[in-house]
Amino acid sequence: MSEGDLLHVVASDNIGPTRRILGLALIWGSPAVLAVVALVQVLQVWGGFDFGFTNWRPTLYAFVFYAACLCWGQVLVKGEQGKRILFVLPAALFVVSLTVFPLLFGLIIAFSDWNLSSPDGRQFNGMANLVQMWRDPFYWNALTNMVWYVLAILPEYVVAFLLALMLNADIRGQKFFRVAFLMPLMLSPVAVSWMIGKSMMETRFGPLANLMKHLGWEDPSFFSSPWIAKSTMMLMDAWTFIPFMMIMILAGLQAIPKELQEAARVDGATGWRAFWEVTFPLMLPVSITAVLIRLIFKLKLADIVISVTSGGPGGATDTVTSFIFREYRDRSNVGYGTMLAMVYLVIIIVGMTLLMKAADRYMKSSY
Amino acid sequence: MTTQIFRDSAADRTFRAKWWTGRVVIYGLLIFWAIVALFPIYWTMTTSFKMAPDVMKGSLVPWWDFTPKWLGWKSLGLSPSTIFEQSTVRGEFLRRFYNSAVISVSSSILAVILGSMAAYGLSRFSYKFLWMKNADISFFFLSQLILPPVVLALPFLVLYRELALLDTQIGLILLYTLSVLPIVIWIMRDQFAGIPTELEEAAMVDGQTIWGAYLTIILPIALPGMVAALILSLVLTWNEYFFAALLTSTYANTLPVMVASQTGSQGISWWSMAALSFAAILPLIIIGIGLERFIIKGMAAGAVK
Repeated sequence: MSEGDLLHVVASDNIGPTRRILGLALIWGSPAVLAVVALVQVLQVWGGFDFGFTNWRPTLYAFVFYAACLCWGQVLVKGEQGKRILFVLPAALFVVSLTVFPLLFGLIIAFSDWNLSSPDGRQFNGMANLVQMWRDPFYWNALTNMVWYVLAILPEYVVAFLLALMLNADIRGQKFFRVAFLMPLMLSPVAVSWMIGKSMMETRFGPLANLMKHLGWEDPSFFSSPWIAKSTMMLMDAWTFIPFMMIMILAGLQAIPKELQEAARVDGATGWRAFWEVTFPLMLPVSITAVLIRLIFKLKLADIVISVTSGGPGGATDTVTSFIFREYRDRSNVGYGTMLAMVYLVIIIVGMTLLMKAADRYMKSSY
Repeated sequence: MTTQIFRDSAADRTFRAKWWTGRVVIYGLLIFWAIVALFPIYWTMTTSFKMAPDVMKGSLVPWWDFTPKWLGWKSLGLSPSTIFEQSTVRGEFLRRFYNSAVISVSSSILAVILGSMAAYGLSRFSYKFLWMKNADISFFFLSQLILPPVVLALPFLVLYRELALLDTQIGLILLYTLSVLPIVIWIMRDQFAGIPTELEEAAMVDGQTIWGAYLTIILPIALPGMVAALILSLVLTWNEYFFAALLTSTYANTLPVMVASQTGSQGISWWSMAALSFAAILPLIIIGIGLERFIIKGMAAGAVK
């Protein structure tokens, strides 16, 4: 285990038998406490005993107690090694208990018919949710919309690259422009959806609508026809997130050694060619990272859709997340909603893995 | 009267013309985009000082085509004339603001503590847990980024209901910590990788334990990175809407939920909505102007290896 450490630590661990026994007692005793508490609570729910619990909090406290004992026990039993484990263990326990456990729980929910507003409670219904999903045109519609939303990343990337190039050029007031360009990213999407979606695009007197009237669009309604509504959503999302890619690309541009561009200039490459044959290839790794992270954020797109159009008109702007959100908000349909989310997760994992593999291979072959 | 003896050759003069057009185009584009980025903020700010006719006319410039009035801020209870009076709207607003502040600050701090510990451990020692080596553990942490919130939302809704954590601050803090932890680990890993291990070795020769060295030597050096991670987490958690809308109802509502609920109702007046939106984004505008270099540092950390 100590092989390959960057930091070599030589410590004489003096772990006496009592300390060892105490540590082992903590590591094995605390899960026993957890098990007993959980068992008592389960008995109350299914066994018909009444111990006076109103919720599952006691089990939660027992779990936290177990996690703390596990961390402390590591140090007691393993000494120096335990102290090293203590760096990563809390974060790992935190993430595992907050994602892996709910995900497993989510799998149970996904295969059941559970409407929070109906008195029947949860009922296992096998594949019925999957069948329902297969026949649900609105879910497929939301998935196709996601494809369009994802494709919108490419123009966003081009604009972000252009802005980064201009910021990287020799200009005055660089600090001002950087702060100004960064601003949209800082604002809360919900506030933005009111500021832009509801007020600036208001058909009668919003400034954007007025501008459009000047430019010759007779009746500027931004959310009436499906494709216009979708493009408006894309534009608003782009407005928020272009600074994000811009900054990553800018960081990449500033990391390119000046000598390389000078050498290219000496060799006679000017403007356009210098960009395509020197700058752009050098920027590929950064670009791929930026686009991938942007993609991750894009797949979560929901806030502005929920608060501006709630998916309308006719589902044209729906994203998967906003669709599931409404499935819960309007119908309290937890079981079906979770199944939709799980399917979405599987699609994302498969897609991202393929993309990352492809990016990896492409990067390797180009060097 | 002086006569010009030395003249630029024709080639130089075209070059200069080209340089000037280049400048004009660049500055033109820069200013255009600055307007695109800043106009909505300007519009919201001015609208919060407008009255109904000013809104209808689409007036833009204060004192020139409309006279600023405190109408919007009065309805929030934050104008000079109402600031010392009782106001239920202001009470509501301040409660939401307080919730947002408590939740975002504590979850960001928690994420930075947990994340920097994990990132330090992963950058210095090699672990092996079951089949997972360091690279796998790192990937496990970072892969949480891919997880869309909607997958966790409904299971958490049901779990929190059973645990009586629905509509509590602590429930949201836990979830927000989880959602920014991968970003913190990413930034901090980069940060620690740049610090030579000789520093800790020297400290340990002087009798420090590994945790002592981490707390007294390494953390102060890595402080800029930690601030960057903290600010970025603050921005993300302050703006979060999806979980807050699902998991809170009356007590632990955050500011975005309040803004969104006001948007839905038809009767709400423009000026008060503008005032509310502007009050909600103001803290971030201040952070953005004051701490811009930390945000950029945080976001650039992962991009350039």
